[in-house]
Amino acid sequence: MSKHATTYVPKSAFAKWFESRLPIVGLIHSSFVAFPVPRNLNYWWTFGGVLFFMLVMQIITGVVLAMHYTPNANLAFDSVERIMRDVNYGWLLRYLHANGASMFFVAVYIHIFRNFYYGSYKAPREVLFILGIIIFLLMMATAFMGYVLPWGQMSFWGATVITNLFSAVPIIGDTIVSLLWGGYSVGNPTLNRFFSLHYLLPFMIFGVVILHVWALHVPGNNNPTGIEMKSGKDAVPFHPYMTVKDGFSLVLFLIFFAWWVFYMPNYLGHADNYIPANPSVTPSHIVPEWYFLPFYAILRAVPDKLGGVVAMVAAILIWALVPWLDTSKVRSAVYRPLYRQFFWVWFAVCILLGWLGSKPAEGGYVIAARIATIYYFAHFLIILPLLGLFERPQRMPGSIVESVLGRGAAAPVPAGATAAPQTQG
Amino acid sequence: MPAHAKERPRGDAGSHCMRICARAWSPALSRFQSASIFGPCDTVHANQLREPVADSIASVEPTRRDFLYIATGAAAAVGAAGLAWPFVSSLAPDADTVAAGAPVELDLTPIAPGQIVKVFWRGKLIFVRHRTEEEIKAAQDVNLATLKDPQPDSARVKEGHAQWLVVYGNCTHLGCVPLGQQGEFKGWFCPCHGSVFDTSGRIRQGPAPINLPIPPYTFVSDTKIRIGEGATA
Repeated sequence: MSKHATTYVPKSAFAKWFESRLPIVGLIHSSFVAFPVPRNLNYWWTFGGVLFFMLVMQIITGVVLAMHYTPNANLAFDSVERIMRDVNYGWLLRYLHANGASMFFVAVYIHIFRNFYYGSYKAPREVLFILGIIIFLLMMATAFMGYVLPWGQMSFWGATVITNLFSAVPIIGDTIVSLLWGGYSVGNPTLNRFFSLHYLLPFMIFGVVILHVWALHVPGNNNPTGIEMKSGKDAVPFHPYMTVKDGFSLVLFLIFFAWWVFYMPNYLGHADNYIPANPSVTPSHIVPEWYFLPFYAILRAVPDKLGGVVAMVAAILIWALVPWLDTSKVRSAVYRPLYRQFFWVWFAVCILLGWLGSKPAEGGYVIAARIATIYYFAHFLIILPLLGLFERPQRMPGSIVESVLGRGAAAPVPAGATAAPQTQG
Repeated sequence: MPAHAKERPRGDAGSHCMRICARAWSPALSRFQSASIFGPCDTVHANQLREPVADSIASVEPTRRDFLYIATGAAAAVGAAGLAWPFVSSLAPDADTVAAGAPVELDLTPIAPGQIVKVFWRGKLIFVRHRTEEEIKAAQDVNLATLKDPQPDSARVKEGHAQWLVVYGNCTHLGCVPLGQQGEFKGWFCPCHGSVFDTSGRIRQGPAPINLPIPPYTFVSDTKIRIGEGATA
């Protein structure tokens, strides 16, 4: 392996002068140019880049929208309508931001399911994974508060229902709710503080994302085989191999995004939110945004107020235990014949819960939601620990390069660029 | 390199160095390379320069510095707690919001039997229901043992005014506004999560944990109530 082959060498006199004072170009170079990634990463690995793009896009559109928005209970709804009608391209900025939130969740759910399928959460990536859960929780809080800002009927009643979840906390519940509201009900003080927090949280997400990338760059990427990189032949440099792959994936994703923005910008919202907030009437069918539906179904499946809230929160927090609940030594579902099937059952249960969350809480829907909720938790608490004990993994390739080129091809060294593919071009 | 660096008693210079050089950011990179992008790691850093001094005073009894350390830490802890309080307290209902909770009077004469009127006090929705004879009877003829939150109807109305039921108008589950005269007991039905209340505002079915609470109110005369009388801030 050649020394300094992928390291940053400042060329100009200025670059040398600057690098000796603040070595940030070298840091970026080693993290996003020369950084070695497994050569077999597939397109499911491109959603980290998509997510980073979406975070930046949400912050930029959000900062500009905040220049036109008025966080006051009497003025908020009209200021949003003014953005839609009077502000130049205000409709585009708002539709980008509102649909951007949904696309952000599309990407994060793909990212999360990829993590579960390929066992990326296992040692030594537990902290990386837990940081991801923290980002997801911050995203949920940010999205919820953003949805309150237009101060329509769904904004108001969504805020009422979600803040009332905290009243389930024994003893101090009512105090917490009163501190959230700044009054005796959801009102102007609530809107003001939600606006402040909605502006703050994305920057906190940005901070945790930096930790997430840092924690990723310690062990490096997992990959579809789940086998660690063993030699330089297993790796390619991030640039140009992943930059072009991430870029191509991002372009496809943005086409999908643009389709929503330009053709069905209100499909993912609720018509009721174009009615100004009215504290004396609740919309007849109140449901959260689609990305909260599975958790909403779990909340409603439990016939007890505190129990429902606990189950909903536990449905996410239980992920943090998965690195230890999953007892299998094999990471990737590719080589785990039983886990592969149970993963897809669990995936289907998640989708089913989402569908049930959009249905009224009555009759068969409630019974189905209860069964699905029990299965959801059984997957983590019973199936994952037992699978590792009883499952017979399939034969795994000796290395990443063997999985790509076959067993014979791994031994002889090909000529040319492939001889040391981990080095940059 | 200064001479004392070689005599340092602890062998953890490497780990300090790791933190300073780029490997901490990307060991995966260094797995394939033997050198850091920031050059060799054996350059002198602040930690090494400080250590011989620290060793020389390590075993001495408490010093003025120890005292200052504890005093500063204690002052910081008290200060942080003291400073946190105004921030938390500012989130509570402000004087303006509390003042808006002055009692409101409501004339009951226009409310027909069977009608439910919505009023706001302190920004909270309140139902004032003029109950019919059947509704009162239905509320009274209930086996209390079957209730989730047992309360006789007489405890939920003012004596001699059984036709007037005054309750908060937000479901005790998650705060939606229940629909009047609906549900199995013709009291209220919450469309959000299916809680059913009877004509006394008591929870009968569904996830709501307690009955619709009674706001503080008094009868000024037989046809006028005052909501919020004697309420605490």
